[in-house]
Formats: sequence, C-alpha cells, structure tokens
Amino acid sequence: MKNKLSLFSIPYVIWMALFTVAPIVMVVVYAFTTAGGGFTLDNFSQMGTYAVVFTRSFKLAIIATLVCLLIGYPVSYMMSKEGKQFQRVAMVLIMLPMWMNFLLRTYAWMSILEKNGLINQFFASVGLFELINTIFGTDIQYFKMIGTQGAVVLGMVYNYLPFMILPIYSVIIKLDQSLLEAARDLGANSAGVFRKVILPLSLPGVLSGVTMVFVPSVSTFAISRLLGGGTQMMLGDLIEQQFLGGAYNPYLGSAIALVMMVIVVVCMWVMNHFGEGEEQAVML
Amino acid sequence: MKKQYRIGNRLFMGLVFLFLYAPIILLIVFSFNEGNSGVVWKGFSLKWYASLFRNRIIMESVYTTLLVSLLATVIATAAGTFAAIGFYNMRRRLREPLMTVNSIPMMNADIVTGVSLCLFFVAAFAGWNGFVTWMEGAYRLTAPRLYLGFGTLLLAHVSFNIPYVILNVAPKLRQMDKHLIDAAQDLGCTWMQAFWKVVLPEIKPGIISGALIAFTMSIDDFVISYFTAGSSTQTLAMAIYGMTKKRVSPEINAISTLLFATVLALLIIVNVREARQEKRLNRRR
Repeated sequence: MKNKLSLFSIPYVIWMALFTVAPIVMVVVYAFTTAGGGFTLDNFSQMGTYAVVFTRSFKLAIIATLVCLLIGYPVSYMMSKEGKQFQRVAMVLIMLPMWMNFLLRTYAWMSILEKNGLINQFFASVGLFELINTIFGTDIQYFKMIGTQGAVVLGMVYNYLPFMILPIYSVIIKLDQSLLEAARDLGANSAGVFRKVILPLSLPGVLSGVTMVFVPSVSTFAISRLLGGGTQMMLGDLIEQQFLGGAYNPYLGSAIALVMMVIVVVCMWVMNHFGEGEEQAVML
Repeated sequence: MKKQYRIGNRLFMGLVFLFLYAPIILLIVFSFNEGNSGVVWKGFSLKWYASLFRNRIIMESVYTTLLVSLLATVIATAAGTFAAIGFYNMRRRLREPLMTVNSIPMMNADIVTGVSLCLFFVAAFAGWNGFVTWMEGAYRLTAPRLYLGFGTLLLAHVSFNIPYVILNVAPKLRQMDKHLIDAAQDLGCTWMQAFWKVVLPEIKPGIISGALIAFTMSIDDFVISYFTAGSSTQTLAMAIYGMTKKRVSPEINAISTLLFATVLALLIIVNVREARQEKRLNRRR
C-alpha cells in the first residue's frame, strides 16, 4: 500500500527534473560560459561595472523591508486583538488587492505621483507651491516624485505589505494564550508580556515576512521601471535587459541571476536556522 | 485608557487600509471619467467601458490571462494533489530532498524562475527545430516546429503553481488519521477505492485552498509570463506594461474596475456562505 501510493509522485518528480532543475542548471552553465562556448569567469568580473545597481537594489529593498515590518507588525498585532468578525473582514481586505495584477496596482500609483498627478494637483490647489515660492524665492511648480527612489520604495511597500502582514499575523494568532496568562500571573506588565513572550515567539513569522518582502523587492523590475521612470535601474532591470532588452547578453544575465539565487539561498538558510522551516513561510 | 488605546489601534489600521485602497479607488473613479486623463475629472461617462470592449488587444490579453490562469489552476491542482499523496507515502529520506526541490520555485525570485525557464525553452526548442529540419532533409518526415507562446506560458504557470498546491495539501494529509486507510482496506476497499473514498474527502479543504492560491498566483503574475510567453502571446499585465512605455489608456482603468468588482463579488459570496455555515454549526452545538 505505502509503496503503491508513493508512485503517484513519479510524474511530478519527472516534471520537477524538467521544469525546475534543468532550467536552473542551464542558468548555472550559462553563467560560466562565453558566447563562444568556453569556460569563463568574466561574467562575474564584469558585474563590477554595475556595482551602483547592486548597491541601489540592496539599499531600496532593505528600506522597503524595514518599512513593511514597521507597518506590518503593528497591524498584525492589532488585528489579532480584535474580534473574530473583524479579523475575517480585515484578512479579506488585505488579500483583495492581490487579486488585481500587481502591474495594475503599480500603474495606479503612477497617476497619483505624476508631475500633474493628484498629489501635485492637491498641493497646487491649496496654494502650497505659491507659499513656498514666495517664502524661499524659488520657482517650484510641482514636486518631482516619479523617478525618485522614494517612489520606488513606495511601490515596493505597497505591493509587498500583505506578504509581511500575513505570516506575522498567522503566527501571532496561533500563540498559546495560556503563555500570556502565565506571564501576567508571574508579574509582567503588558509591555513585558509583549517583549518577553509575544515578540520572541512571533520571530519565525517576522523572518518569513522579511524574506517574502526582501526577495521580490531586490529582484523587481517593473516597479522600478514604472515608478522609477527608467532612472532607478535595479538588479531585475539589469537581468531583463540581458535577455529581452537592448543589451542582449544571456551569459551575463545568467551570472546575475545566479547571484540572485545565492541571495535567496542565504535568506532561506537564515530562516531555516532561526525559524521553524519553510512551511509557514509560504503559507499566505 | 483602554478605550483610547483601542481607538488608536483602529485609527492606525484604518490608515493602513486607506493606503492599500486609495490607489484602487482612484483607478475605479477615473474609469468613469469623460476625459482621457487619469488625473483630471471631466464628468461622468461610460465611454471607456464601451471602447474597452472594442479594443482587441486588451480583450485578447484578458482572455489569455483568464484562460491560462484557469487551465494552470486545474492542472496544477490535480497534479499537485497526486504528488502530495505520493510524497506523503514516501520514506522520509527520499521525501525531504524532493520537498526541497519543490520549494525552489516558491522561494526563488520570480525573475530568476522566468529567466531560467526562458533559457530552457529556447534551448530545448532550438534542439527540436534543428532535429525537425534534419529529419525533413534526410527522411522527408516533418513535425511542427516549436516556439515560445501560449504553450510555454501554460507550462510555466503550472510549474510555479504546483508547489503551492502541494504545500496546502501536505498538512491535511499529515493531520489525517493513518488508520483510516488501513480500516478501509480491511473492510474490502482496493487501494484505489481507499484513495477516492477516504483520502480525497479528508484532504478536500487543503485542495480547495491550494487551488485558490494557485489561481491568485497566476492572475497576479507578470514577471514569469513576460519571459515565457514569447512575442505573439500576451497577458493583461504584459499589455499594460507595453502601454506604460507610451500612454496608458483609461480603458485600463475600466478593465481594472471590472476585474475588481468580479473578485469582490466572489469573495463576498464565499465569505457570507462560510459565515452562515459556521453559525449553523455553532447552533447545532
């Protein structure tokens, strides 16, 4: 019986070998290959020219992850304190934007942040620009938002905030209430209960949330293109250009993709080391 | 003190929800705009909805998106459920490395998955097309040549959906009482019957939530589709991305509104039904 049912997995094992393992092997092979087919490490040394892109990607992704954490943790914690009905509605409200394609959501921000977008229109109508211009003697007609790093970070936070809230919330909601009672009985005030019991126990959720926000942020390419206005190139843009863009060079593109995979492996290792495994990480 | 604290909490959560929904609400409001701007209100009109249905590029991309998402969800749910059952019945030593491989597409950055699949398809098709050319020359036998298109798009979607289905079904299998299968067989079931009549009903909630997440992932995906669909097929996200290089038409606002309304309606129906069922259960107790 046991062996017979395990045969069910054979098609999928073949599938994985074809569509998961083989493509990744190809990326690794391409990363170490020249256009002629020989072995090389040039693709990696070439990356030095793109150091700016690397540091920018990491900087923006780390900022976006921290902002998501600072907003997401309190929200998850507060949600867990509310009634059941409230929690149900709140969960649906957090999931709902995910059913709209993320490009639609990012596009929505474009019209808000544009030169004559809604924020600038609002400031103009309340006379903010005139006020600034008369005080400082400047000539400002609008705030430049599209094309700044702030706009890119905003786009990341907006798109990936649910990925932070959901894992943290699902860990907090499962906390053993008797532990909290025990802490209170033993004399901890509510700040103490939070710091000594809730925070350490919710750490696995925080770690998976951080991974789930950081990985897509550091590798994004559409957000930086739409909200960064083409001036804030990130790692994702760099890879895209090597495959489908003007600078066609899949060998270099594969090398950068390989670096990205290493980043993910490190993230996973950290999570498995401190968290409880990959399972709740991906449980939306 | 306590009450103030609560109001503060609600206020904070309200602001976060405002942040999440303000752009979507704007998108919806300006879909009814008379003018062709996403920012200047010129009066109410439904003209963008009318022109949306005449826009072949957008309608075709919506159709592609829905078709690929639905097909990928159905295939991935069936394949993932079978795979999960197979894994569950495996020895631990064999299962653990396979589960690690299974989690690769979920953990990997989308762009890496997309690029790796793109490389793989291009190389495999180059090999196949070369073989076809050789066969035509040598034996006058022919076979269709393969290119990136809807087929590769679907394959890619199925591949990144299956892991999510497995991840949802696996815990339900672990929660299941193992003796149930033995009992069914003792009572005369073949192992196939045991599967259909005992295992499947037990893990049904996991299958449903797995299918739901798979569908969400498919609908939300842009990056992997972008790299695997080729130049002739495009999903809605790809169509929008193409437009943002020039000028985005308010037709996009209209289609977003329609999609949002559909999803909202479905969610309300599902949740009201769930709430009702729960109430009924509570009453029975």
